[in-house]
Amino acid sequence: MSVAGPWFLSELAAGCVGWLLLLSPLAILIARRRHGSGLTYGACALASCALALVALLALLSPSPPAAIELAVGLPLGRTILGYDPLGAAFALIINVATALVSGYAIGYGAHAREPQRVVPFYPAFIAGMNLVLLSRDAFSFLVGWEFMSLASWALVASDHASAENRRAALVYLIMATGGALTLLFAFGLLAGPSGGYGFAEMRHAAHLAAAPLVLVLALIGAGSKAGLVPLHAWLPLAHPAAPSHVSALMSGVMTKVAVYGFIRIVFDLAGPPSWWWSLPVLVVAGITTLLGVLYALMEHDLKRLLAYHTVENIGIIFIGLGLALAFEASGLKAAAALSLTAAIFHVFNHSLFKSLLFLGSGAVLHATGERDMERLGGLIHRMPVTALAFLAGCIAISALPPFNGFVSEWLTFQAILLSPQLPQWVPRLIVPAVGATLACAAALAATCFVKAFGMTFLGRSRSTAAAEARETDGWSQVAMLLLALLCLLAGVLPGFVMDALAPVMKLLLGARLPVQSSEPWLRIVPIDSARSAYDGALVLGMIAIAAAATALIVRRFASHALRRAPAWDCGFPDASPATQYTAGSFAQPIRRVFGGVVFRAREHVTMPAPGDTGPARLEVELHDTLWEALYAPVIRLVDAVTARVNLLQFLTIRRYLTLVVSALVLLLIIVGATR
Amino acid sequence: MRVAWLTQLLQIVLVLALAPLLTGVTRKVRARLLRRRGPPLAQPYLDLLKLIRKEVVVAGNASWLFRTAPYAVFASTWVAAALVPTFATGLALGAAADLIVIVALLGTARFMLALAGLDVGTSFGGIGSSREMMFATLAEPAMLMAVFTLSLFAGSTELSSISAFMLGPHAGLNISLALALVALIIVAIAENARIPVDNPATHLELTMVHEAMVLEYSGRHLALIEAAASVKLLLYLSLIACVFIPWGTAVAGAGLAAQAVGFATYAVKLLILGFLLSLFETAIAKMRVFRVPEFLGVALMLGLLGTILLFVSRAPH
Repeated sequence: MSVAGPWFLSELAAGCVGWLLLLSPLAILIARRRHGSGLTYGACALASCALALVALLALLSPSPPAAIELAVGLPLGRTILGYDPLGAAFALIINVATALVSGYAIGYGAHAREPQRVVPFYPAFIAGMNLVLLSRDAFSFLVGWEFMSLASWALVASDHASAENRRAALVYLIMATGGALTLLFAFGLLAGPSGGYGFAEMRHAAHLAAAPLVLVLALIGAGSKAGLVPLHAWLPLAHPAAPSHVSALMSGVMTKVAVYGFIRIVFDLAGPPSWWWSLPVLVVAGITTLLGVLYALMEHDLKRLLAYHTVENIGIIFIGLGLALAFEASGLKAAAALSLTAAIFHVFNHSLFKSLLFLGSGAVLHATGERDMERLGGLIHRMPVTALAFLAGCIAISALPPFNGFVSEWLTFQAILLSPQLPQWVPRLIVPAVGATLACAAALAATCFVKAFGMTFLGRSRSTAAAEARETDGWSQVAMLLLALLCLLAGVLPGFVMDALAPVMKLLLGARLPVQSSEPWLRIVPIDSARSAYDGALVLGMIAIAAAATALIVRRFASHALRRAPAWDCGFPDASPATQYTAGSFAQPIRRVFGGVVFRAREHVTMPAPGDTGPARLEVELHDTLWEALYAPVIRLVDAVTARVNLLQFLTIRRYLTLVVSALVLLLIIVGATR
Repeated sequence: MRVAWLTQLLQIVLVLALAPLLTGVTRKVRARLLRRRGPPLAQPYLDLLKLIRKEVVVAGNASWLFRTAPYAVFASTWVAAALVPTFATGLALGAAADLIVIVALLGTARFMLALAGLDVGTSFGGIGSSREMMFATLAEPAMLMAVFTLSLFAGSTELSSISAFMLGPHAGLNISLALALVALIIVAIAENARIPVDNPATHLELTMVHEAMVLEYSGRHLALIEAAASVKLLLYLSLIACVFIPWGTAVAGAGLAAQAVGFATYAVKLLILGFLLSLFETAIAKMRVFRVPEFLGVALMLGLLGTILLFVSRAPH
């Protein structure tokens, strides 16, 4: 308490959240003024910077800052706010991304057609997310959670003119409500009969019997928000429907708050785990990882593709969490710390590169009005800065060195390689399969981002909109470049990130990884150096030196002559950009290899008869098998029931009175019979 | 320490110097097996020299990515190759990158090259990129599964440690190792665009994969890509030699004599592996493109099986 005294960190953080909440009604007043949206976004960026700084100080301070208690909340309850290391780490992660996204929005938001539908909800959305991380009791956690859900729902519905967006908003609202409800039950079980809703009281309450149920509820509640298969259905609908800077926040940041909710409940509050807890998490995570990336590969809408990749990355994060549960239950503290570090590191990485990619897609959308990759192309010439930043994001998300996505996957692989130490044989069978899934997903993600970058930015423009695109504004460019730089830095200096996460490991597991900053040459050593080590800085340095040496040699000895000429066309000159490979044709081999099983993909070829000059047609049939198997029956059932119940709306007053009386009589009979 | 740095520097130069020779050897052996005389062994060097002296012809709408990709591809492949022990283990930079990093560096090179294939916007580039990435979606996990098997076996993902373990008394014949070896060989064939997956000598556009992707390249850019392909072949053969036939390799801190022995045995290993590769290539016909996923799927399943066997059989320490 004394350490945090002079800093008032909890008070500062709560003040920032309050400021954001205050900003929402203010924004209603100024949203339509000139610079109104820019001012609001700027204020949000500043608040996020301040929150990130506070969170960093809270994370680095030797003892967590004292919490503050407010006399509002449930009857006889109080609201407790403050950062512990877990909350601080996540607050740092989400506010870094949020600050940069808000900076981007200063420029991007100025183009909005109806700013008054977006700007007021934006600060409330950020405030909700931060309140979740700041809360130390279930009540304020759920209030923040609902704030986050409803504000983002309003943002998804902001462009309500299109039926597609309205449907997305409806699906999102249903999923968000269901998720919040399960979390409410989970907290109810954790609080137990004594009803202590503070996290500290829950931690001390013994609830061994209910713990498995809490795990399942947390997996459903947090998983539906994060996008675990099969609860992912709303993500690819809702994330692209929102304005692009909001998409970046929803995909890159809000899913991380959901991951935080899962970690908080399962690792912190639910007590010591049993070994089998890891099984549902690992299985669901493995399926999520693979299906997410396969769905993304079949997608030609840039923003939907990115949303499906969020599903994949959430799977990777939960693989780390599942491994951590398995190790912790078996008392393998170091391995558990490694898995959990890998998972939270991936949370950080994904918040950076997914925000970056959504911002890039927003820049493309604004410049061309297109999200469909089949109508883009050649933008690297028209939008060089966006292309460069987007390329960095693509390399990072494809888990390629020397960028950051690789480091967290490498750490996850190292954790998988430790799992033969597990005493139970079931996880020892499942973990290698999960490892293979992760390896497949990494390679498929690389393929998918070759497609995404290649079809959007390379080649020749497939539409006039793409051919006449203009580079995005300066604010947006700077924000994207900063995010790209952070992706590179986190990949080159991973040791600092791992060290910063050490207090979280101590809090949750009582163990930590070896100190990385004392290692020579900035390398990271998760267990010991004879086993494995990675040095991102050195790898980047070597590649740079090798490339520079090659360039020097080429410059010295090679011919400098360079001639521009038409591309090789086999003697059949055809200027039409339609002859290029498209996103569909690029993904065709993948569809043929994987799609038959997963999507029941069929190709129908219609060839004109010989002599007929009509075009040949190739039609591809894909099924969203999960939607058809799980969601469609429920929707049909609800439709059927409501169609029947709908009759009740058109009765005469006589019949209504009869209904009321008979209901009353029925209830009285029941009461009488049970007495 | 000084020895380690010297070995490392020597190796950096060595992989570059030897790679075209290895390509020359495989071509020569293949030609002799087909009862042709074949090009001289030094032909790949001469080709590279000729290419870098030639003018570069770039398609009109090529972007900066097209012109920088060859350097990125070459540099990543070179760095990866320099990290695989050839004649001696205990490389100074070995601690910077383990086997997973080496696989991922090759992934970076492939990513850049596939993008470059799409840059000009012709169908050949697209078909090449698309198919190359499709092969990679199965070859890379198969490779990683083989890496997992080796790492679990040796208790380390560092190549020097794995090689040392294989030389030590604890390594023996093991079914998982055999599975990993087969998986690794299949991946090596696919990743180096060899028959039956791809044909490095074909000039019929629709049958090429790797060559279609780099069709637009010429001059010094093509030289870099060709050199990178040679270095990659050398890398895979060195990797197989380093892990599965580790005998003779000089260990860390060995004397000059041991280094010389290591060098001689390395040359012999390369010759044998190159010969076997050519023999295999002449004995088999090229597959249709959509048979390749099945071929690579075998590698993935073998790698996974090897890993699972080790997971199940290893008692917790």
